[in-house]
Amino acid sequence: MDLVYTAEQEAFRKEARTWLEANVPSRPLKSFDTKEGFEEHREWEKQLQAGGFAMVPWPVEYGGRGANLLEWLVFEEEYFRAKAPARVNQNGIFLLGPTIMEYGTPEQKARFLPKMASSEEVWAQGWSEPNAGSDMANIQATAIRDGDHFVINGQKTWASRGAYAHWLFGMFRTDPDSERHRGLSFILCPLDAPGITVRPIEKLNHKAAFAEVFFDDARVSVDHLLGEEGKGWNVSMSTAGFERGLMLRSPARFQDTAAKLVALYKENEGSCDPGLKRRVVDCWMRAEAYTLDTYRTVSRLLEGGKIGAEASLNKIFWSELDVEMHEVALEILGWRAELLPQASEAQGVGEWLDGYIFALAGPIYAGTNEIQRNIIAERILGLPRK
Amino acid sequence: MRFTFDEDQLLFQTTLRDFLSNECTPEVIRKAWDEGRSHTPALWAQLAELGVPGLLVPEAHDGMGMSEIDSVLLFEEAGRAALPEPVIATAAVAAPLLVELGDEALAGEWLPRIGGGDAIVGVGHEVSPLVVDADVSHLLLLQRGDEVHAVAPDSAEIVAQPANDPSRRLFKVNFDAGDATRVAAGDAGRSLWAAALDRGALAAAAQLVGATDKLITLAAEYAEQRQQFGKPIGSFQAVKHMLANCKVKLEYARPVVHRAAHSVARSVSDRSLHVSMAKVAAADAAQFASRQALQVHGALGYTWEQDLHIWMRRAWSLEQAWGRNDFHRSRVEERVLEASARLGPGRTFRGE
Ligand SMILES: Cc1cc2nc3c(=O)[nH]c(=O)nc-3n(C[C@H](O)[C@H](O)[C@H](O)COP(=O)(O)OP(=O)(O)OC[C@H]3O[C@@H](n4cnc5c(N)ncnc54)[C@H](O)[C@@H]3O)c2cc1C
Repeated sequence: MDLVYTAEQEAFRKEARTWLEANVPSRPLKSFDTKEGFEEHREWEKQLQAGGFAMVPWPVEYGGRGANLLEWLVFEEEYFRAKAPARVNQNGIFLLGPTIMEYGTPEQKARFLPKMASSEEVWAQGWSEPNAGSDMANIQATAIRDGDHFVINGQKTWASRGAYAHWLFGMFRTDPDSERHRGLSFILCPLDAPGITVRPIEKLNHKAAFAEVFFDDARVSVDHLLGEEGKGWNVSMSTAGFERGLMLRSPARFQDTAAKLVALYKENEGSCDPGLKRRVVDCWMRAEAYTLDTYRTVSRLLEGGKIGAEASLNKIFWSELDVEMHEVALEILGWRAELLPQASEAQGVGEWLDGYIFALAGPIYAGTNEIQRNIIAERILGLPRK
Repeated sequence: MRFTFDEDQLLFQTTLRDFLSNECTPEVIRKAWDEGRSHTPALWAQLAELGVPGLLVPEAHDGMGMSEIDSVLLFEEAGRAALPEPVIATAAVAAPLLVELGDEALAGEWLPRIGGGDAIVGVGHEVSPLVVDADVSHLLLLQRGDEVHAVAPDSAEIVAQPANDPSRRLFKVNFDAGDATRVAAGDAGRSLWAAALDRGALAAAAQLVGATDKLITLAAEYAEQRQQFGKPIGSFQAVKHMLANCKVKLEYARPVVHRAAHSVARSVSDRSLHVSMAKVAAADAAQFASRQALQVHGALGYTWEQDLHIWMRRAWSLEQAWGRNDFHRSRVEERVLEASARLGPGRTFRGE
């Protein structure tokens, strides 16, 4: 154990910091859940790519920097420190990208990864269906082979970024007689293909963030099958591992929120409930614990370890921490807590309400926390399924 | 940057785990309780053969010459086994304190005896002023303000203070502080006691992690085996989720404790902050797991017969040891709310 950055890691931090300080837009971009904001974010991604920072841990040939995961953590820390824009293509770069690296053919890697790294192509993920939420094995959308194409029918829903994304990855039943986990395949679909209709859905924050996607005899080339036909479940589990386990929620995000929460408390110490002090400091400690655990996990991965069911511990921890931090912030804000950013009395505090509404989704997406608890109990603690 | 343990460290941990699961069984612990003691000389001698009391004793004094990074996993094992021996005071606190005192005669006399398993040293710090196992100690290191006093047990009055955990035998020690007993004072004494507190709290936190792990294992095993409504109670989701919650708390306490071990071993400037974070996280996890483990066991868990409470009591008493959570929480609060505190991404391993 040696919890000191190497000289190279420090040098990389400095390089990232210098670049970010010079390049991060001084004014926040519009929300990427609006068309205009979506395009602004893509522009930013292009700039990030040109600077060589879009995909720090990816191999150079796919548009990355060839750095290791520790450097990625350092980059994330600098990224949040610099208040850089949210990553519009997170479904692609953090979830699908690593899955393509593991399961993709050389042609698929060359075809998809560089354009993903630059956000020329932004991705949505399509697991959920009206009748397949927590019970993902109940997926009913079908993709039936017809020569060198799949003919897709059915519906996906809650696809984040779906309103403006260019591609969707998801699971479809390629064997119509199959049940549950069998007979599913992982397929990459261009959202502009004939037969595909995207209908945006407004989220709790009144913005069109996710979408329903309807497939009506849509034809997708068999070249876009990821992994083996009928083995989509295994492929998707690897994506889910990344989502819960590591990439989607790097600790810097929560450390940033925790530091802001401490600052908010200090500003309002005289006027808020003194009992909140303990909750504020507990939040800060939990954000640190999350960071420490992530460094531990990354160190383990670099030594050849794998992320397994313990990703579920992670998902519960960060999502509940995020809700708690925002709840405490709203308590500190008192009567101002309900104001939207544009209210003149809000004085910038409206961001906390926005963040709170965002945080509330954490225990639901990426597998609800109840499902994660089932996984921990059954797969880590060995309790009986039935 | 590398947040993992070496093979050797992990091997030592499994060796100690195997040893304790054979030698420090609930029967052994209960026998000691029944005889009104917690320390078992034969067990201590075997631990000395493994190197446990002398983990932090320098090689020059016939010890293992290890650091807290090595010992933290071993303290976890002591907690997993609910080992009732005075390992925290003697091995984790007294040995390095005797090294740091810089008194060659004292170090030369006591360190080899600690490592050899021939001396138990009791420590009394003002944060938890009662002394564990003072009646079986060969030397007492006691705090008076900033001063460190080395006191021969037979020159002091030792008054038993019966407490909740029979494995934690507490004593009030009255002694005459004077030139003859004083071995450090002033700034030197203050910093010695500060380090002693951090080492004691770290070792207690590590034991709490081990004890929590054991509580979860006991409850999970019981939940698999106990049947109601025609199936194992572990198949009920309410039971699953209780234990899953325990596991989340445990796994997010563990790295905090491991980092604190690194901070103590390397004397980083935020050492005390890191130790307090570790103690809070570990004690919270342990308290929570004891409650849930008891609930999962039902009435059976509420009996003296059932072994569960050996670990529940450890969890309670280790929370008391070396600063309760209110003490450690305040230390964290003070640091975090300080005007000069630098928080946020990128600061975890570097104060900047
Ligand atoms: C902001 C947001 C973004 C999302 N983005 C995407 C996306 O990009 N792509 C995508 O495919 N999906 C996405 N989702 C959907 C998400 O994955 C699902 O909402 C989630 O899997 C739960 O499914 P459901 O909503 O149908 O709830 P249900 O499965 O109907 O669950 C409802 C409640 O019942 C509980 N429950 C269900 N089964 C069990 C069980 N076995 N044990 C205990 N409790 C149970 C759940 O925990 C939950 O509390 C997103 C959701 C949100 C909120």
